[in-house]
Amino acid sequence: MSRAGIRLGPWALKGSAAITLAYILTPLVFVTWLSFFRQEIPSFPPEGYSLRWFAAIAGNDRFVSGFLLSLQLAVIATGIGLCLGLPAALCLSRIRFRGREALNSLLLLPLVVPGIVLGIALYVFHVEAEIATSLPIVGSLGGLIAGHVLIVIPWTVRLVTASLAGLDRSIEEAAQSLGADRLTTFRRVTLPAIRPGVVAAALFGFVSSFGNLEMSLFLVGPGRTTLPIAIIQYLEWKIDPTIAAVSVLQILLIAAVMLLTDRFVKISRVV
Amino acid sequence: MARLQIDGITKRYGEVHAVRDVTLDIADGELVVLLGPSGCGKTTTLRVVAGFAEPTSGAVRLGERDITRLPPWKRNAGLVFQSYALFPHLTVAQNVAFGLEMRKAGAAETAGRVSDALRLVRLEHLSERLPRQLSGGQQQRVALARALAFHPEVLLLDEPLSNLDAKLRQEVRVEIRELQRKLGLTTVMVTHDQEEALTMADRLVVMNDGAVRQVGTQQDLYEHPVDRFVAGFVGRSTFIEGEVEAPGRFRSAGGLALACNGASVGPATLALRPERIAVDMAPHAGVDNNLPGVVEFVSYLGPAIDMHVRISAEERVVAQVPNRAGGPVPKVGEQVHVGWPAGNGIVFPGVEPVTGNGTSERRSQ
Repeated sequence: MSRAGIRLGPWALKGSAAITLAYILTPLVFVTWLSFFRQEIPSFPPEGYSLRWFAAIAGNDRFVSGFLLSLQLAVIATGIGLCLGLPAALCLSRIRFRGREALNSLLLLPLVVPGIVLGIALYVFHVEAEIATSLPIVGSLGGLIAGHVLIVIPWTVRLVTASLAGLDRSIEEAAQSLGADRLTTFRRVTLPAIRPGVVAAALFGFVSSFGNLEMSLFLVGPGRTTLPIAIIQYLEWKIDPTIAAVSVLQILLIAAVMLLTDRFVKISRVV
Repeated sequence: MARLQIDGITKRYGEVHAVRDVTLDIADGELVVLLGPSGCGKTTTLRVVAGFAEPTSGAVRLGERDITRLPPWKRNAGLVFQSYALFPHLTVAQNVAFGLEMRKAGAAETAGRVSDALRLVRLEHLSERLPRQLSGGQQQRVALARALAFHPEVLLLDEPLSNLDAKLRQEVRVEIRELQRKLGLTTVMVTHDQEEALTMADRLVVMNDGAVRQVGTQQDLYEHPVDRFVAGFVGRSTFIEGEVEAPGRFRSAGGLALACNGASVGPATLALRPERIAVDMAPHAGVDNNLPGVVEFVSYLGPAIDMHVRISAEERVVAQVPNRAGGPVPKVGEQVHVGWPAGNGIVFPGVEPVTGNGTSERRSQ
């Protein structure tokens, strides 16, 4: 490579990184800016700035209850997803059995199947199940949670498997030779060692559940609206900057969760 | 500490014998080294003793207990791993305390034993550090302290020094050996490094292909190896193929007539230790074997000089002579005389396929 090429290399890298970053950040910047506009119909340049749209959120029941439901849903689904994904990851990475690869792909599938397809499939399934059992399933909270668990599982399985792969098995043997039985070894040695992966799994599971719209559309029942659905419904009638304000709050919440987790585990090291 | 008996252990993985019928009786306070090339079954044997591999047949007894079917956590064996396997999220002191905690020792007792163990390895001052803040040698010592703190009945060392650099390794060898003697620890160590084995062991067990080839002291193995593999693996040997024509007379494949101590007539291999061969400019008087040769390769090692000397079209021997002050350093191409008394050669009867990776100078083309 020529001398010019050597000097150009790092700049090309920095340049493309900057473009990518700008590409990601531009919409966020505009949404944030928009949320402080005073006028009702977004147009440039702004007529002035105000915080009224943020105040409007608190007065809007649908947003408040949607936020609470989404939060509740994401926390519960993440919890259940971890309880299912962690043992699954352990089996996948520790035990050699027939169909292991197939099972691994199956558990990652919800990540690949479009949310709309997933939603329709679950809805049809719920209808059939309700007819067969005459239990109230369609539109129930249980059905909604079960759906969200499904989209959390790929994250937990994938990230926990990744951190198990990087684990030195001899530390588990060391614990056992020191007198720890299998359960104690898992609790005292394995779990702390894969903690970054577990935390990252919880984080990504939470975010994907909290922001899910397409699948939830098919699973919510009357009077039960998640935040993304509340936003869509609001947009059908109005396009004032309330939506931007809601989005900003959502971004802040997720950013806060990310920064908080990053203090305990370096997410970039796991994902 | 206790006596450790390994009684006819066999471990099969499908059709593969990882360990075949290994029997060892290790006395209280003895340090036994399992030595052999990789894949010889030494590590599997250690894992059977530790409880991580269940033997296909055979038994392991520790003291009065039969521990063959006990899980690792009930065996009371201190284990030091090649990778040290320290718990990365726990401090040095917490690592060392782990075994005591599992035994539900009281806080005062734990603190006392932890500081005792850390003092033994001279690391009291680092007790609050995390493993990643320590050097390799320090981590190794923490691993040792952790394995000793709960007063195990037997200490198992799995290639404990192979991740250390050469200089440190020599120091730690002596350190571990002195500690082991002082505490009277029954110890089994696994290594592929013969120098390490020779430095540390009370007794050595040479293994190959899953089986024990010879058990003995350093001197037993070096002076009286039972077969060609041991002669090549413990110390170095030059092997000369040929046959014993008559008692005391060896005829090499290259046609040399050599005096030897072998009795049974038939195909055989003659093994010669490099330092048991004398090299001089003039012929040796009154020595059983005295052959002219040409120096083909010289290694100046410092305390000694290694030479490869061609003694026939088919054979060359490795000779090692002490590097005396002012003595001449032989040059490649020089004419020399090599000599050794018949008793310095060891004859292995029969034709044995060469196995393992023993250091040996084989017949040159």
